[in-house]
Amino acid sequence: MQREQMNIVFTGHVDHGKSTVVGRLLADTGSLPEGKLDQIRRECERNSKPFEYAFLLDALKDEQSQGITIDAARVFFKSSARDYIIIDAPGHIEFLKNMITGAARAECAFLVIDAEEGIQENSRRHGYLLSMLGIRQVCVVVNKMDLVDYSQQVYNRIVRRFTRFLKSINLNDVEFVPVSGREGDNVFHRSSSMSWWKGATVLERLDCFRKAEPLDRMPMRMPVTDIYKFTNYGDSRRIIAGTLETGTFRQGDEVIFYPSGKKSRIKAIESFNTDTVTEVKAGRATGFTMDEQIYLSRGALACRVDQMPPKVGNQLQVSLFWLGREPLVQGKEYFLKTGTTKVRCQLSEINKVIDASSLDSEVRRESVERHEVADCSLALQKTIAFDLVMDLPQTSRFVLVDEYEIAGGGIIRDVDDHRQHEFGEKLIRRQLEWENGIVTELDRMEQYGQRPALILVTGHEDQAEAAKIFAEGLEKKLFSLKKNVYYLGYRSLKYGLDADLKNDPLLQKRRMAVREEHIRRISEISHIMIDAGMFFIVKIDGLDYEERDLIQLLLGTSRMKTIWVGKDITTDIVPDWHIRRPENMDEHMAKVDSIMEEWELMGDIS
Amino acid sequence: MDQLDELESIGVRILREAYSNFKNLCMLWSIGKDSTVMLWLARKAFYGHVPFPLVHIDTHYKIPEMIEYRDRLTREWNLPMVYGENTEALEAKQTFPDGNADRLTCCRLLKAEALKNTLNGNWTRYRFNHNSDRYEVDRDTEMYTGVIVGVRADEEGSRSKERYFSPRDKENIWDVGDQPPEFWNQFKTDFAPGTHVRIHPLLDWTETNIWEYIEREKIPTVSLYYNQGSGERYRSLGCAPCTNPVQSDARNVSEIIAELRTGKFSNIAERSGRAQDKDDGGGLETLRRDGYM
Repeated sequence: MQREQMNIVFTGHVDHGKSTVVGRLLADTGSLPEGKLDQIRRECERNSKPFEYAFLLDALKDEQSQGITIDAARVFFKSSARDYIIIDAPGHIEFLKNMITGAARAECAFLVIDAEEGIQENSRRHGYLLSMLGIRQVCVVVNKMDLVDYSQQVYNRIVRRFTRFLKSINLNDVEFVPVSGREGDNVFHRSSSMSWWKGATVLERLDCFRKAEPLDRMPMRMPVTDIYKFTNYGDSRRIIAGTLETGTFRQGDEVIFYPSGKKSRIKAIESFNTDTVTEVKAGRATGFTMDEQIYLSRGALACRVDQMPPKVGNQLQVSLFWLGREPLVQGKEYFLKTGTTKVRCQLSEINKVIDASSLDSEVRRESVERHEVADCSLALQKTIAFDLVMDLPQTSRFVLVDEYEIAGGGIIRDVDDHRQHEFGEKLIRRQLEWENGIVTELDRMEQYGQRPALILVTGHEDQAEAAKIFAEGLEKKLFSLKKNVYYLGYRSLKYGLDADLKNDPLLQKRRMAVREEHIRRISEISHIMIDAGMFFIVKIDGLDYEERDLIQLLLGTSRMKTIWVGKDITTDIVPDWHIRRPENMDEHMAKVDSIMEEWELMGDIS
Repeated sequence: MDQLDELESIGVRILREAYSNFKNLCMLWSIGKDSTVMLWLARKAFYGHVPFPLVHIDTHYKIPEMIEYRDRLTREWNLPMVYGENTEALEAKQTFPDGNADRLTCCRLLKAEALKNTLNGNWTRYRFNHNSDRYEVDRDTEMYTGVIVGVRADEEGSRSKERYFSPRDKENIWDVGDQPPEFWNQFKTDFAPGTHVRIHPLLDWTETNIWEYIEREKIPTVSLYYNQGSGERYRSLGCAPCTNPVQSDARNVSEIIAELRTGKFSNIAERSGRAQDKDDGGGLETLRRDGYM
């Protein structure tokens, strides 16, 4: 039988003795190559420097870098219970990126604190990071007890203070062990100098760590990586591909894709060079075909209809750590990546920055600097699906990309805007109850040679006429290109569907409510028109970011493009196409073809 | 899931992420066991198809069986096969076998230089035309911005410091000291113009894992890996003049696995049969910094 294997990481402030403890662990458990210990002792004697256990680790690494089999970033050792892989996590602040890269792969962690120096900046920082990385099994090693005369008082003081800190960052039930790496107390051998210590040794503690509960019993979450259709190779299967993060699914299960809420049934689980697969469990890179073909794209989150649904929204409350050279600031655009979703976002508010260099964790600040941890609100440009960390940590994790670099990571704690959330729930309800005909969205796309979309034409109120002329021109142009297109004028609505909406120009509040309801109705009609396979053109004057966002939310993830008509953009909207000179109609219309292709609404849409 | 399933799933995930994120993607296929396993993972990821070019750097000193094997699989598996070479150095006979260069220079010219200029599209690429059944000048001269490479972390020191998605700057240079963070299966898929990203789906595999997987999946391999009566076999394949076999009785895949499990080679580097490594001070640091895989 295969022995159980576990990834562990040693973290802690620089010089607090991580390497010494690891070296001691390797030596005392007999995990070193034969003669290694003596060889290093001899080398130390020759160079008349005192032998240190930390040299063992360096020596192993040197040897590895000279081209022999073991991995320099990982050290292997065995206890009687199982095999361990120690991931090297440098304690120096510049190496925080490497520490996170290593620690994110660990199942449990040791945090080493120097008994003499006490809790330092990186002790706390590493504590935060372990907590945020979702490592729940943490043991604090209070090292160098020999330097404080094995004092129980010193030990207790550190335990008391550090426990309080760990609790404040939601790391509960953390165990402590007093050790001396140099003298070998309580690492592998029980200490005779600390008779007051009745607890476990480092190795005993290590063997007590449990393997994480298998993820396959949790709700199904499969972020869609891509839709494969290799027709060029004579393969007509349409395969929804992804890695199953959590849960289990079987052939025949009904699945629902968020945030759109579209659903279908798993027809077959696809694989290459295997027996027929009928069930997939968490961790597996997989793919399946579906009974009913629905339009999907990368970023959708596949879930089972009979299990807890994820959250959808675009205003997030998060905790994050920042690694970027430039600070995280408001007014700058970043990308948020979670699962296979990538979405533009902005920092909307910093609630607090936690300062690792002091115990004070309530600092008000305008930006988050490199290596800091903060609670923030993020505004995403479109609605996405995710989980909250308290529900399902795996799918609550995200990274932030600044320019070309991954500059931070974090966990989603809450969805901010309740109105958004409410709409989101309604939307999913609608999608669930939506009656589909036999003709599918994909059938229509193929037949019409277009990917349906809502095209919002907007501009300043003074430019209302120009915007109307442009919208009509666009309809005519697309129609002449043999596209299925419809322009809905405002007046057509005012005296029909919107006849019950009485505007009172004197009541500002009433006017806003009417506008919101008007927009909601337009969104609902758009949803139908898009389902019918159309390019649906609507003109709304003075559309702003929030309204655009609301329409996007109500549409689900269906495609939507905005065109601003007029020289100056007078709201906070960022249009997909800006018509600065509406009078040059011919010039604009000549571009429609290529712009629609660029938007991937026409042309090669397979 | 057993260990091989896990390694396979990690590899497939990485290949799919690469395919979704890089428009100009290619996979380096050295014909050796590792990159052939990687090619197999691509067929796993994309259901029997390989939707991006496979690039081989032909030094023209490869052991002949390797080229035969390459073209046989290209036909059988309908692979989009491309090769590149350093025509100038070959014509000028600036090579080690011709006696006009030391091993490292030869490696740099025929491999690193050829690789760099094939990837960036400056030199001619030859693509296999499945209709005419021969290699023709490839009309695609665009730079590959995502390059999938079959290195493993346990092979030697410098490779153990790699990430799954590892950026290279405009000069092909790898900044070992300042690498992107990589966690939660989020990778560096954004890159500045002119730079490219190397993608490593096999980073976590060991030599034994490779052979176990070849056995499980029944992946065809070059016979040079097996002892065919001489008491020797190749453990790592390269150019004929600089590659030496090791002493071994292993005649097939399962015997190789058994041999590796005995720990016979645990203190002998896998690439010890590759003479250029020794000339590079034991590591590959210099060559790799210059763009060697």
